[in-house]
Amino acid sequence: MRAREEGRRWSVRRRYDAAKSTFSTTRLVALLATALTLASAPAAAAAARCPRTTLGDVEDEVMCTVCGVPLNLATDAPQAARERAFIVALIRQCRTKSQIKQALVDQYGERVLALPKAKGFGLGAYVVPVVGFLIAAALVGAAAVRWRRRRPDRRASQPAAESPIEPGASARLEADLQRYDL
Amino acid sequence: MKRVLKPVPLAAIASTAALVALLAYGVVQNEPNRSIDEAVASGQRPNAPALELPRLDAPGRLSLASLRGRVVVLNFWASWCIPCRQESPLLERWQHRIAAAGGTILGVDVLDLTTDARAFVHRYRLTYPMVRDGPGRRLAAFGVLGYPETLLIDRRGHVAATNRGPVTESYLQRALLPLLREHA
Repeated sequence: MRAREEGRRWSVRRRYDAAKSTFSTTRLVALLATALTLASAPAAAAAARCPRTTLGDVEDEVMCTVCGVPLNLATDAPQAARERAFIVALIRQCRTKSQIKQALVDQYGERVLALPKAKGFGLGAYVVPVVGFLIAAALVGAAAVRWRRRRPDRRASQPAAESPIEPGASARLEADLQRYDL
Repeated sequence: MKRVLKPVPLAAIASTAALVALLAYGVVQNEPNRSIDEAVASGQRPNAPALELPRLDAPGRLSLASLRGRVVVLNFWASWCIPCRQESPLLERWQHRIAAAGGTILGVDVLDLTTDARAFVHRYRLTYPMVRDGPGRRLAAFGVLGYPETLLIDRRGHVAATNRGPVTESYLQRALLPLLREHA
């Protein structure tokens, strides 16, 4: 009887210990999950705020200052490699494209920009193509007007002697046509 | 009065001439200055172009004019330039050698990142004065096309010699030591 009582107690205690162990594991997992969520929340928020700037976005708008070609074309130049590494580091710091370009200008001056700023001599890069296009359009327009004006004059001034059929042949052709009159 | 040219060909000629002039201006602007080398080759010592740049190794600015009375080894370099890595320790040794005789090396870091340049100075333990020309604005005035390039400037501020490439021990002995013996 006593042994039975002892066995029952032992069994109850074991169940209690097992329940306690399960509870503490569950609590530990829950705590860990909460901690992870709290820790990753600012990182996720930062990632959401981080602009999606890529190396390719910036590379074609800046120059390799030593080679004098856009950075995306300068594959082997050591200076280009350093410039690229600088851009990648700034992308990792969540900088926008314009911020990265400004940082490059701070380091290398405005010559690093593939498109110069619209002031001074650099203004020519924007004005010259537009002016060139307008002049070309005006020239084409003027030439078209002149060509259209000349066409009727030329037709009117064409001499009759320019007819490809000789006078004798023309008479023969006329006679033939009358003979085969349908 | 008879009109020599009609408006359309006149406009075409004028716009072509304007484009050619613009192109020529751009080419001339970017053309490096060869006059220093030509003058030195003909035995003259032209005035060194003005140079005043922010210091890389300390706050403030440093000008070439402030070093008048000393022989200046003006060395254009960049941290990404591979020959500069071999040349810098040699220049550092010469800095210790010429300082007492009234000479100095002046490093001009060009087309470089500030952090890279400072890391280079730290790595090679360079103690001679350094200035920084990130945009390379003064390169054309000194006729610099590659890296490294060195100009030797006498005590009166005249360019006495140019070396378009890395300097060597024998070059410095041959070209720099006689300059140090000259008086201002």
